[in-house]
Amino acid sequence: MPKVKIDVLESTCVPLPLENVDTDQIIPARFLSATSREGFGDNLFRDWRYAKTGEKNENFVLNNPVFGGKVLVAGKNFGSGSSREHAVWAIFDYGFRAVISSFFADIFMNNALNNGLLPIVISDDLLKKLQVLIQKDPGTKVKIDLEKQTLTFLSTGDSVKFNINPYKKECLLKGLDDIDFLLSMKSQITSYENNKSLA
Amino acid sequence: MSPKTLFDKIWDSHVVRSIEDGPDVLYIDRHYIHEVTSPQAFNGLKERGIPVFRPDKTIATADHNIPTKDQHLQIRDELSRNQVERLSENCKKYGIELYGLNDPRNGIVHVIGPELGFTLPGMTIVCGDSHTSTHGAFGTIAFGIGTSEVEMVLATQCILQPKPKKMKITLEGKLHKGITSKDIIMYIISEISASGATGYFVEYCGSAIRSLSMEGRMTICNMSIEMGARGGLIAPDEITFSYLKKLPSLKGISNFNNALDEWKKLQSDPEAIYDKELTFNAESIKPMITYGTNPGMGMAIDDSIPMSDVKDNKASSSFIKSLDYMGFKPGMKLLGHPVDYVFIGSCTNGRIEDFRAFAEVIKGRKKADSVTALIVPGSKKVEEQMASEGLTEVYKNAGFEVRQPGCSSCLAMNEDKIPQGKYAVSTSNRNFEGRQGPGARTLLASPLTAAAAAITGRITDPREFIKE
Repeated sequence: MPKVKIDVLESTCVPLPLENVDTDQIIPARFLSATSREGFGDNLFRDWRYAKTGEKNENFVLNNPVFGGKVLVAGKNFGSGSSREHAVWAIFDYGFRAVISSFFADIFMNNALNNGLLPIVISDDLLKKLQVLIQKDPGTKVKIDLEKQTLTFLSTGDSVKFNINPYKKECLLKGLDDIDFLLSMKSQITSYENNKSLA
Repeated sequence: MSPKTLFDKIWDSHVVRSIEDGPDVLYIDRHYIHEVTSPQAFNGLKERGIPVFRPDKTIATADHNIPTKDQHLQIRDELSRNQVERLSENCKKYGIELYGLNDPRNGIVHVIGPELGFTLPGMTIVCGDSHTSTHGAFGTIAFGIGTSEVEMVLATQCILQPKPKKMKITLEGKLHKGITSKDIIMYIISEISASGATGYFVEYCGSAIRSLSMEGRMTICNMSIEMGARGGLIAPDEITFSYLKKLPSLKGISNFNNALDEWKKLQSDPEAIYDKELTFNAESIKPMITYGTNPGMGMAIDDSIPMSDVKDNKASSSFIKSLDYMGFKPGMKLLGHPVDYVFIGSCTNGRIEDFRAFAEVIKGRKKADSVTALIVPGSKKVEEQMASEGLTEVYKNAGFEVRQPGCSSCLAMNEDKIPQGKYAVSTSNRNFEGRQGPGARTLLASPLTAAAAAITGRITDPREFIKE
């Protein structure tokens, strides 16, 4: 697992106001044959981004030069479906560092946190407001402060606290890794096994 | 002691340590791996220079990207071949048992785990695949994980996991003729939506669930993830125990009766509290089919597509986009709509009972010329059983060719892709855009409904083919 540190992020946003965007859309299965974690960004949202002929689909938001930034503003139930971590790798590799939605699928949420991609849950109403702000002014910036757990719309001053598991927050702020943590517990794991086999 | 759900009992007995304000360190009894979501995890071990902590608790198969024809030949696609070879190398290097391509026990990970006696009641089971929830049919906590978590389990046999909330879904009553477990779970998902159980682990209860075979229960638990649930489980009972007793061997069990005494304790306490409880009536369930691009967009086969996804209001842009993709209109009926492909297989409906159901409809009939059928057993064992029960012959006589096992057209990582714009009635689990190939249009249904479509070339109510 890569060790990624996050603290404060200030960026413009890319809007994708669709519901139930599943991991097959984020990275189609036919691109899962790689054996490393790198390079998946090229095929992020492949079938929405490119026509079958390989030409860019100009109507898709990633191909619209007006929008850009490190924050993807998605719709409800983002990342549903397959457990493929490749979906998170693709979003991260493309350059996003946070995804904002009103609702994430469970496995996607875990995968994102394990790779330093910050999933931020806000209310449906606030999400709609942010989508409108970005559509009106693509220069709209948000500020994400992980330490304070705040998301601020810089143009309007709206500021909201978001939830994150305190353990995960600590890991992301310090760039710590779950595996290092688990490896440090080896003797405790072994004694659990021993107790269990006696039971 | 306060009453506990079965989920709590299994979870709590596997917690190695609770982190304050954090996830639990959960011990994993069985870890299944496959070629697609494991290579990066092994790379991680290599970079750290550490071994697999408990190699005897991990089992590997190649299933996702393998061809379903000519499996004895070299895999043509170079990237797929490389992934399958990497799996073999990694298993050899780290001492993991591999049931790879051409092994007589090979098959889809969620089909072989139970049939080889690896999945046992009371266990915690994970795999880098969301349909790991299948194993919950045996009264286990089984759920899909990402590759970073695969690496955690390989390195320490543990995973860091926040404890999900608990939901109880009760299904009472008697199922009508021609209604399968696939219809049950598609019905529940259509009622609560593709995200209706996100954050929850589901326990399925009630007389209609108890009446199902292990195969049927696996289909139900398999699709728990399609309503967003972390997983789903069913408390073990006599049906479970008799299934297990018939298996040639059970991994790690030397005395069946001693194990049985423990398994019988795996029940929720009568007064146990769930965070949410839902009850459905089995008699309301008709054969189901999906019309959209997520499994929540399902309806009874003789219904019309709803006008909107928002009650008493204008349809959302996601709903309109979804119907456009499918080439459907709100209010449309699907009965009689032409079908180009039929796919039976996958970890949802690739077991022997599913092929028996399909055979019940096609026996003595002929496949429609306009339909291309993909008949893909879930494992070598299922393939063998089909042959020995005479099903392969029934399929052949009706104009169907039985392929070799694998995930196949469910996710179309191999060559079994549905072409752009074509309609496929599939017994798999996901109707996402492009899931069965770029531009493919998937209609999820039961093996009976798939068989009826294969015979008529149209979306057909399977009850027309079922003898009363």
